[in-house]
Amino acid sequence: MDLTVGPNAFFWTAEAVRDFYRGLAEAPVARVVIGEWVCSKRLAFWQDEIPGAIETLQAAGKEVALTTLALITLKRERRQTADLAAMGLPVEVNDLSALPHIPEGTPFWVGPMVNVYNEGTLDWLARRGATRICLPPELPLASIARLARAGAEAGVAVEVWGHGRAPLAISGRCYHARLHDRAKDSCQFVCAEDPDGRDVDTLDGTPFLTVNGVQTLGRAVTTVAGQIDDLRAAGVAALRLSPQTGGFPAVTRAYAAALAGDPADLPATLARLMPDAQFADGFVAGRPGADRLAMRGPG
Amino acid sequence: MMELVCPAGTPAALRAAVDAGAHAVYCGFADETNARNFPGLNFSRDEMAEGIAHAHARGAKVLVAINTFPRAGDQQIWHRAVNDAAGAGADAVILADIGLLAHAAERHPGLRLHLSVQAAAANPDAINLYAGAFGVRRVVLPRVLTVAEIAAINREVEVETEVFVFGGLCVMAEGRCSLSSYATGLSPNMNGVCSPASHVAYADTGAGPEARLGGFLIHRTPRGAPVPYPTLCKGCFRSGDQTGHIFEDPVSLDATQLIPALQKAGVRALKIEGRQRSRAYVAQVVRTFRAAVEAAERGAPMPEGLLSKLTEGQAATTGAYAKTWR
Amino acid sequence: MSSLPLPPAGPLNLVLTRLMARIAARHPAILRRLGPYAGARVLIDVIDAPALLLMEPALRRLTLHRRGRAPMADAGVRGRLSAFLAMLHGTEDGDALFFSGDLEISGDTAAVLALRNALDDAELDLTEEIAAAGGPAGTP
Repeated sequence: MDLTVGPNAFFWTAEAVRDFYRGLAEAPVARVVIGEWVCSKRLAFWQDEIPGAIETLQAAGKEVALTTLALITLKRERRQTADLAAMGLPVEVNDLSALPHIPEGTPFWVGPMVNVYNEGTLDWLARRGATRICLPPELPLASIARLARAGAEAGVAVEVWGHGRAPLAISGRCYHARLHDRAKDSCQFVCAEDPDGRDVDTLDGTPFLTVNGVQTLGRAVTTVAGQIDDLRAAGVAALRLSPQTGGFPAVTRAYAAALAGDPADLPATLARLMPDAQFADGFVAGRPGADRLAMRGPG
Repeated sequence: MMELVCPAGTPAALRAAVDAGAHAVYCGFADETNARNFPGLNFSRDEMAEGIAHAHARGAKVLVAINTFPRAGDQQIWHRAVNDAAGAGADAVILADIGLLAHAAERHPGLRLHLSVQAAAANPDAINLYAGAFGVRRVVLPRVLTVAEIAAINREVEVETEVFVFGGLCVMAEGRCSLSSYATGLSPNMNGVCSPASHVAYADTGAGPEARLGGFLIHRTPRGAPVPYPTLCKGCFRSGDQTGHIFEDPVSLDATQLIPALQKAGVRALKIEGRQRSRAYVAQVVRTFRAAVEAAERGAPMPEGLLSKLTEGQAATTGAYAKTWR
Repeated sequence: MSSLPLPPAGPLNLVLTRLMARIAARHPAILRRLGPYAGARVLIDVIDAPALLLMEPALRRLTLHRRGRAPMADAGVRGRLSAFLAMLHGTEDGDALFFSGDLEISGDTAAVLALRNALDDAELDLTEEIAAAGGPAGTP
């Protein structure tokens, strides 16, 4: 089992993006998916950082793929998707409408926003050229195990959502703009104010969700820290770590150490690295995603 | 005339819809294979066969929704549903999952396939992919598009399009939402339920009547006011210094006034949401919309405000069809 | 039968339970639709009526209970008689009645929804059912 760093979900400045991928060059991860997958309006602000980041990461020996958007509706977005497929790197498909832009026989990856729930879907994607699939975060271990086995037979590496706020929904509506009483078209990029997303609590003050433009994520940091042995036994090929601000390379090192040795310390290590975070691991356990079970740590 | 596609959660609702003028009725089997797997709803195999016979005798079609995503290791449950729908004489099956579409296209080449809104095919590339790969004949468009975007899609695709005009409104791209399973462990995609009743709790603490979902407080109302059903994305939350319906107000979709525009945009069929609603609701809504599509066909104005009592929270929206909604 | 709360509403409870058994026999789909929820005890609080009704579908039992001495139940529905009749006779939508607050649910929401859906499909006509049950002197 190894580590994949997923695309950043949030809107960061070009400088923050540059620093992040420089820091990642030294991190113990096998591959990195880069690109904008939430809102196409953000891309112009940081896309110039992408070629340099790819170069840095490849020079450090990492595999790099380019993600599509998770929801492609506009003509401009379709054109961008077609351009992506022509860049010579593997494309990670996060919206199936990217597939027609990828020539038959060209290998591609499939991201967590594509609904791969069963062997039939996995097999169809494998026949179409998929070589790596990150499963939807809500899948329980029983499904993950079935799909990992089907993946092994079809030559597809199966990955699971390993660490980070879980992407729960994508919408045509921008919640960040709505919170600022603005329409999506005149959002003035308010989502940049919240580099890890904006907190949403219940009325009685329970931390619940996170909004990130048109995307909604769990508030808790979903982690498989307490389930690594199960996932390894199930034949999972990689864990996906999702970018966050603050000490991300240290997080990748903690996971890498757990994969190389004994994962028992990982929950406590994560709790120490992210003292303010709330963790959750219900999805893999077949429980509500917000539940916290195997993952034990202080607080 | 545009085809009116109407919901039926029970055989009684199916008969009510057909009698009220539905051109087609959509329904599902009483299990996890469809996205309205609610307690007490849906059709046994026998009821499905009888319902189809009843509809066909009166010139109406029946479309069987098998639109959840089959569970790994248990795909045969969904395969059997497709097989049984075909055997019962369904006019089409409404599917969302790629694997199930591939299975249906291969094993039931004569069966008409519709793409469920749960597949969230939101642009011509996606629609043409499903049409080309599986022979899908009609696509139910996700509720994230404006009328102008729908018109643009219809210019680029060969297959028929169907859009929602009335009823409950998902604010998220359908089939791509795990909010419910984050809070309850049960999701539309896997279990055919959203914000399931089994995880709902109403209570009246000192602070006023409240509704919880999976333990999370979704609504709290002043004493004496009704507490809405705790559908997660319609809940009232707090973010920073703001309190309110962060995702969507408790409204439901009513696009009656947009029917002529949708017709002009090339839409083939209009869909009414509400398989969980009663036969009374179905009859009333279907009758109203049948009159509306007939009026649209004649170029007459749309009837106004007839259905407000049937909408959630008594307020209606045109949703994503108007760009300002975003 | 010894568990039936007979006095003081004894005779009436017998009639109600006979009505319930009759409905269950004439409309077997109701219990089938209820499935796992058939065993739920649902307390019906018609606020403009003098007593509470406890419905136990699996036992085919319907009994009257005094206000203030409500029996244990898994779920409750509360509202005016007109709202209940409108829902039962299908002249109004149950969801709309719940949204508007005309009917309030407590306890096991899924059991109430299952019951509502099962009864909606049965297309009951209460007058006809009472006539069919034949009143106190009728044969079950």
